[in-house]
Amino acid sequence: MAIIELEGKSYPCEENETVLDCLTRHGVQVPSSCRAGVCQSCMMRAEQGEIPKAAQVGLKPTRVTQGYFLACSCKPQDDLRIRFPDAEGLRMGARVVGKELLSHDIVAVRLVPDKPMDYRAGQFIRLFRDGGLSRCYSLASVPVLDEWLELHVRHVPGGQVSGWVHGDLSPGDSVQIADSSGHCFYVPDQQDRAMLLVGTGSGLAPLYGIVRDALHQGHWGPVWLYHGSHGSKGLYRVDELHELERQFANFHYVPCVSHEKPSNGMRQGMVLDVVAGDHESLDGWQAFLCGHPDMVTLGKTQLFLSGVSLSEIYADPFVAS
Amino acid sequence: MSLYEQLGGDAAVNAAVDIFYRKVLKDARISRFFQGVDMERQAAKQKAFLTMAFGGPNNYSGLDMRRGHAHLVAQGLDDSHFDAVVEHLGATLKELNVPDALIVQVAAIAETTRNDVLGK
Repeated sequence: MAIIELEGKSYPCEENETVLDCLTRHGVQVPSSCRAGVCQSCMMRAEQGEIPKAAQVGLKPTRVTQGYFLACSCKPQDDLRIRFPDAEGLRMGARVVGKELLSHDIVAVRLVPDKPMDYRAGQFIRLFRDGGLSRCYSLASVPVLDEWLELHVRHVPGGQVSGWVHGDLSPGDSVQIADSSGHCFYVPDQQDRAMLLVGTGSGLAPLYGIVRDALHQGHWGPVWLYHGSHGSKGLYRVDELHELERQFANFHYVPCVSHEKPSNGMRQGMVLDVVAGDHESLDGWQAFLCGHPDMVTLGKTQLFLSGVSLSEIYADPFVAS
Repeated sequence: MSLYEQLGGDAAVNAAVDIFYRKVLKDARISRFFQGVDMERQAAKQKAFLTMAFGGPNNYSGLDMRRGHAHLVAQGLDDSHFDAVVEHLGATLKELNVPDALIVQVAAIAETTRNDVLGK
């Protein structure tokens, strides 16, 4: 008999009983709908224990590698420790080791956590300011390439956390963070696939991580990165990305400005329009979208209608505040 | 062999979902009902719908269907929109070279949800 552990409590699972039935029987509320492994309403995440393959059918590879599963199709053979999918990660301390102005309103913050953190480029962490205020920021760093975690923080007018990051926060400071989450990252399951990454503003952060992660893992299909901003002063890491283009022949970097005449190598227009002009069909592509929520929402539909499969569109809307 | 097995089961649903949902979104008669809905959640919902229409495993009750569509009925969802979705379902299966005899059966299953979806 398997024991299911959730939020510090144990629930014995009967022979042939699903995780969903077991929890429901014990009075635990779990969102569910089809109860047939299709609608994914009952998705949960395992922290420890073996998940039967049948419980992960239909989930994106990025979910499978992180231990997500469907409670309605999971008949555990062994004990499991599980959590709800949006439960907050472990909190830990971290030291600020660097702060660099990237553009007129975006800074890069580099952090070294007190203990090693398992994460993937493109996921996000939560950064706490004293008093419990916190915001989520995407990781631009890559575990095998960078010794620190790197966040790109845009200064939001009146923003209590971003204002503090841009102002007081200094190298040497200790801060609190919560463990990585999100499913917007690279999985090397099909290295010849064409990849499209579209970001605006500090939405470049996860894409900068994903692109470097993919290229350094040997992805050899074409990789197109579009970064959009109102004007050129909002574009950053331009030299680094052009350098990456020189290093990897399959990588293409397209900086776009929407409200300014473009200069050296930039393109003019809203970033999604530039994408549409460059690629008539995106059949078989994988796509990542990060940045302004309106751009992300519009982009998902546009890219889907251009041929990207629903299951190949990844997006973590950048948290604006 | 069940209808679901004859159609090809889960693999058939996966093959159909992109084609079907692209047709739905491109149809100006009904696309507004799908605007602003998160695509990832929508993908799962479309898969659930197709699985049901293909005669596959599901536990949807009439009540689930009513609850799930009540906000759309309030926005004017009616028979003409339901017909449009069924039309796209048939066209999708045709595109995937499914025999007509099976398409008729799928349409018949979809038809059983009409009153619940439209809150009649």
